[in-house]
Amino acid sequence: MAEMLSGADMLIRALQDEGVEYLFGYPGGASLHIYDAIFKQQKVEHILVRHEQAATHMADGYARATGRPGVVLVTSGPGATNAITGIATAHMDSTPIVVISGQVPNPQIGTDAFQETDMVGISRPVVKHSFLVREASQIPEVVKKAFYIATTGRPGPVVIDVPKDSTDPGVMFEYRYPREVSLRSYNPTVRGHSGQIRRAVKALLDAERPVIYTGGGVVQGNATEELGELVDKLDYPITNTLMGLGGFPGTDRRFLGMLGMHGTFEANMAMHHADMIFAVGARFDDRVTNDPAKFCPNARIVHLDVDPASISKIIRADVPIVGPADAVLREVNEVLDRSLARKPDAIDREALAAWWNRIRQWRCKHGLDHDQRHRGDSPLLPQQVVQAVYRATSGDAYVTSDVGQHQMFAAQYYKFDRPRRWINSGGLGTMGFGLPAAMGVQFAFPDATVVCITGEGSFMMNMQELSTCMQYALPIKIINLNNAALGMVKQWQDMQYGGRLSHSTYRDALPDFVDLAGSFGHTGFRAGSVKELDEVMSEVFSPEYADKLCLVDACIDPEEHVYPMAIKGGAMNDMVLERQTASP
Amino acid sequence: MSERRIIAVLLENEAGALSRIVGLFAQRNYNIETLTVAPTEDDTLSRLTLTTIGDEDTIEQITKQLNKLIEVFKVVDLTEGDHLEREIMMVKVRAEGLQRAEVKRTADIFRGHIIDVTDNAYTVQLTGPSDKLDGFLRAVGETTVLEAVRSGVSGIGRGDKILSL
Repeated sequence: MAEMLSGADMLIRALQDEGVEYLFGYPGGASLHIYDAIFKQQKVEHILVRHEQAATHMADGYARATGRPGVVLVTSGPGATNAITGIATAHMDSTPIVVISGQVPNPQIGTDAFQETDMVGISRPVVKHSFLVREASQIPEVVKKAFYIATTGRPGPVVIDVPKDSTDPGVMFEYRYPREVSLRSYNPTVRGHSGQIRRAVKALLDAERPVIYTGGGVVQGNATEELGELVDKLDYPITNTLMGLGGFPGTDRRFLGMLGMHGTFEANMAMHHADMIFAVGARFDDRVTNDPAKFCPNARIVHLDVDPASISKIIRADVPIVGPADAVLREVNEVLDRSLARKPDAIDREALAAWWNRIRQWRCKHGLDHDQRHRGDSPLLPQQVVQAVYRATSGDAYVTSDVGQHQMFAAQYYKFDRPRRWINSGGLGTMGFGLPAAMGVQFAFPDATVVCITGEGSFMMNMQELSTCMQYALPIKIINLNNAALGMVKQWQDMQYGGRLSHSTYRDALPDFVDLAGSFGHTGFRAGSVKELDEVMSEVFSPEYADKLCLVDACIDPEEHVYPMAIKGGAMNDMVLERQTASP
Repeated sequence: MSERRIIAVLLENEAGALSRIVGLFAQRNYNIETLTVAPTEDDTLSRLTLTTIGDEDTIEQITKQLNKLIEVFKVVDLTEGDHLEREIMMVKVRAEGLQRAEVKRTADIFRGHIIDVTDNAYTVQLTGPSDKLDGFLRAVGETTVLEAVRSGVSGIGRGDKILSL
């Protein structure tokens, strides 16, 4: 006979059966029965956060680093609404998280009860799917479905809203966790159309000026190996989106760097002049394409994505392929092998060599590392800080970031050779993401070096989690690129608003971040010059601090801008490469 | 080029499924002209018909985004092929004195039925494609129309092709 469990116990048991390690959460009235069920078991470790937004980012960071779903538990009302930003973040970047929210008891739903909010309604535009548990008996099946939906196809967040009476400890049910689940109306594509794959290979071989452009779909879809194989066969140039960094080794000679608004000159020029673009798991985001009407005027577009709605949404694909990146790329590689075996000279090596020559000219003309911005040692430049982090961590850290200048500097100057190492809020651009995401990563990999490259604005949006870091002894290294301004806002105001810095600075109201770290029981460091930076870096990443959270307050040049920068409304080859207007 | 499309959606007959569809249209700035939904012969399923206006790219996105919803089984743009569309309208028309005969005649021409009568008004029931209903309203004239209620369009493909699981 099956075991008899209450709704609350079934919920936690279902998480155990799903293999959940961590539950990031914060208790409240509507979730108290569930918390009691947590107390009675040891398999799922609950992490007490300080704010529900941070819980969702932790689950998100955990999911991005491991590929396994992150799980969140919040209470009803404000607990649920606080989670929304994190859910929207996961939704935009397609990460699998499952958010369980407490709800007022079924009979009270709709009565404006204490801490009631329509979580299913309020989260609807930012979830992949959501459930309201009307009957406690549905709990095991709903949990199974939620994890299945979150992790298959194009991954995304799933909300399970659980009214308190469904978790009543006094009402027992037969517990059986479904071994598998099938949803008759949900069947994600698992392999690509073979005719389209052949057409894609033909387009690849016919190209004279090809570019492979890959995004988060390669990272999330675990297709790094297949992609690497493809590039090895073809020797074509490849660029990654912000979300796709690490999908192809950042130090590889075929890698052009990131593309888009703050992408490298060579990546954007190559895109613009390409005659064939093979997009894999990328969605032609507006931060990549600039004006879609001017986008890559001479390119045939081959677009592979697991989500059919991403194909031809912004840029019409000439060869659309729906399917998971790994499976489809495997087939592309096989078809390519057969084609090359039949016709070894199928690739026009001469044209390719000429194409590489052009790219090399772009690369040496306007690479990121041109000396002007890196001369001298005072004041400290954010790029130098990121490069110092790169050296100190041998390029092998997990790096999280928030959004803004620091994020772009991190993306530009930290070379990611492996997937799932670069974790940032790309689509939603969420300030406050970096620290909690780093915590999720550190929970997943306790021995790994986890660095949060942040800015003082973003950091202050979730810095309460320093307390959580203390409670769970998370040795995260926080690099605070402190320019005493909302840097990217300021940059736009410098460039487009005549230097009128409307509410992008704090008028000396910033805390002392070294003291701040200290007050939470951590260690703070300050670096204001290259010399200090080198000293601080060698200390922070030394064995002495291996078990400690360190916050480095890097006081950087507040006038530094991120370049290259796309010119608004232009094509991909329209970029500003260095500061043009004098700063005020 | 923007044109009117009739889209048929087969979805789970579950609480919340409809709100996801309506929410999708609002969220992505798609337009809904009419929308009608009811359970099918299989009461675990609902059939929804909506009319929308958009260019080819927009309609493609609409069908793709609808298909992405977990509870949606099938989405068909009926206007891509031969199809039938019907809308039902009940319209209360002022019918006094000489007007009574005129309204009755117009209703007959449009194959409407008078389903309720008072001293001052007829209630006419009309069925047909939307433009036929529009035509009737024009024919009787705005000033005589007291109240009109329309069901929104229902559509079905012609021939042997069926939309089912």
